[in-house]
Amino acid sequence: MVAERTRLEDALRAKGDLKLVAYMMAGHPNKKRSIEVGKRLAGSGIAALEIGIPFSDPLADGPVIQRAGQVALEHGMNVTAALEVASSIATEGVPVVLMTYINPILAHDPRRFAAEAAQAGVTGVIVPDLPVEESEPVAGWLRSASLDTVFMVAPTTAEDRMATICEHSSGFVYCVTVTGITGARKELPAGMKELFEQVRRHTQLPIAAGFGISRPEHMKALRGTADAAVVGSAIVNEIDQGRDPVALVKELLKGCR
Amino acid sequence: MARPTPTHPVDGRFGAYGGKYVPETLMGALIELEDMWHEAKADTLFQLELAGHRHAFVGRPTPLYAATRLSSHFGGAHVHLKREDLCHTGAHKLNNAVGQALLAVRMGKKRVIAETGAGQHGVAAATVAARFGLDCTVYMGTEDMRRQSMNVRRMKLLGAEVVEVTSGTKTLKDATSEAIRDWVTNVQTTHYIIGSVVGPHPYPEMVRDLQRVIGDEARDQYLSVDGKLPDVVVACVGGGSNAIGIFTAFLDDKEVALVGVEAAGKGVKSGQHAASLVGGRPGVLHGSYSYLLQDGDGQVLPTHSISAGLDYPGVGPEHAFLNDTKRVEYVAVTDKDALAAFKLCTRLEGIMPALEPAHAIHYAGVLAREMGPGGRILVCLSGRGDKDMDSVDGG
Ligand SMILES: Cc1ncc(COP(=O)(O)O)c(C=O)c1O
Repeated sequence: MVAERTRLEDALRAKGDLKLVAYMMAGHPNKKRSIEVGKRLAGSGIAALEIGIPFSDPLADGPVIQRAGQVALEHGMNVTAALEVASSIATEGVPVVLMTYINPILAHDPRRFAAEAAQAGVTGVIVPDLPVEESEPVAGWLRSASLDTVFMVAPTTAEDRMATICEHSSGFVYCVTVTGITGARKELPAGMKELFEQVRRHTQLPIAAGFGISRPEHMKALRGTADAAVVGSAIVNEIDQGRDPVALVKELLKGCR
Repeated sequence: MARPTPTHPVDGRFGAYGGKYVPETLMGALIELEDMWHEAKADTLFQLELAGHRHAFVGRPTPLYAATRLSSHFGGAHVHLKREDLCHTGAHKLNNAVGQALLAVRMGKKRVIAETGAGQHGVAAATVAARFGLDCTVYMGTEDMRRQSMNVRRMKLLGAEVVEVTSGTKTLKDATSEAIRDWVTNVQTTHYIIGSVVGPHPYPEMVRDLQRVIGDEARDQYLSVDGKLPDVVVACVGGGSNAIGIFTAFLDDKEVALVGVEAAGKGVKSGQHAASLVGGRPGVLHGSYSYLLQDGDGQVLPTHSISAGLDYPGVGPEHAFLNDTKRVEYVAVTDKDALAAFKLCTRLEGIMPALEPAHAIHYAGVLAREMGPGGRILVCLSGRGDKDMDSVDGG
């Protein structure tokens, strides 16, 4: 697909340093706090911020993000409120990417979701249970609202699917580094580099590595191979413990350079 | 594109319903599973092997039983029961588990996982794992482990690991989510034996193919004892596997009415029920687009049914299609009526049904009274009720 380079794409392309993408859940621990935390993260040196919209049955998520979503739902978080959170944070200038499951988008109406997300200043959307085969018409609505559609590649993805996924992606390609669900892990899996190299053969887009990444030494290992690293559960855990996640971000950023 | 028909999903969909809404990590495995299933289905040796296990291990064909005392009690309409309660391990669930275990062996997978509500599918999976020498992990909600404790003991004796699921509503929905997360993590070594016609394509099709033996047998048996087809076929619907299993053979018999019975719990209006088709609207849960109990924001709602096997907010996509095309009528029966039918069938026939098919038996009574002595009703008695002793209690 021939497309102009988007803001997200520019923000995530590594220029020597590895870029850091932070993940947080809208409404965790509550709406007001999540806006404050998001604004602090926005100014912490990250390249982009992923904001989760909670779903009751998040199949791709481990216990930490599951629990954050549960807490957010108990506080009444939904798509409309999450877009308010995203909008408040996006004004800080950081590119915001929404991450949610397909059912809340369907219930909200995908066309309306796309328009409202663009209105809120969001740059892209990731839907982990929406593989490319099922992505229309939702992805079409997102594109026509000038939102990037980020698709995922996994270690189990066959070569021919990789080409299709890259073709449908914009902003960046999300490489799931582990065969598994989200959650901080001690060690990064072997074979990661090969996965990135394989994906690069199919796309010019930046590659962001995600799932399991949580420590400064992971950043060091990814530097020079991926363009960006997504850190989710480790940051959500800091927020959950009532700590300022910016301290962790600073540590991680040291590993990026 | 060919027109979608109930028997042949097109691109993994029955009309608008079905699909594969799963994390990318699973896509390769689902595509492989679809190919393997189509290959196995066309393989005479596989079919012969399956037929052998169905006969000597599962105990098929199961009989068709004339429930004469229930018939008189209901006012004279003829009620026949298809005796899936006589399958080894006590429910239709083994029909599916045997087929999927054979497929797991064919794919070289050494480990199987399953979700379970009533415990019947968990027991079936643990049973085939023992029979074929596979490692087995079963996910089960805390609440279901309590109300179906006998089945937990059976699974453990059979050598399965039973993992308690404490998240969400602690029932079948959450057990299924955990099983899918396990599969996402261990997909290279593990086959996921889904217990009903739910989940991403090709599961709804594959499980239907394995359960349709119920209706294929019942249709022949009915014809041979009665010389003609029943007026109506009734089955309970949780995920919908026993219902699809008995309906499939009759789909083209336009003169045969088909009725699926969901769990109305404390009443559909009370909000405490599990009637996805009667009280829900379409959405995506556990990898497929189908009817779903959800709130306005698309969050899946907690469900209630006295019967653990029906206590699930979703339903198989083929049922969604059969509902919209009106080939099958879906109704809902309350806890109270199901309990009464459980007791009635036990006392009048000496057959203790599981609480799940007790819902269907109650509705067969409703239909029988409407139809009068000329009526002819076939009910899928999907399983036996020993497991429900603790929920039923007393007399
Ligand atoms: C005896 C029996 N019948 C019915 C069901 C419901 O499942 P399905 O709707 O897939 O037949 C169960 C599920 O556990 C069961 O054990």
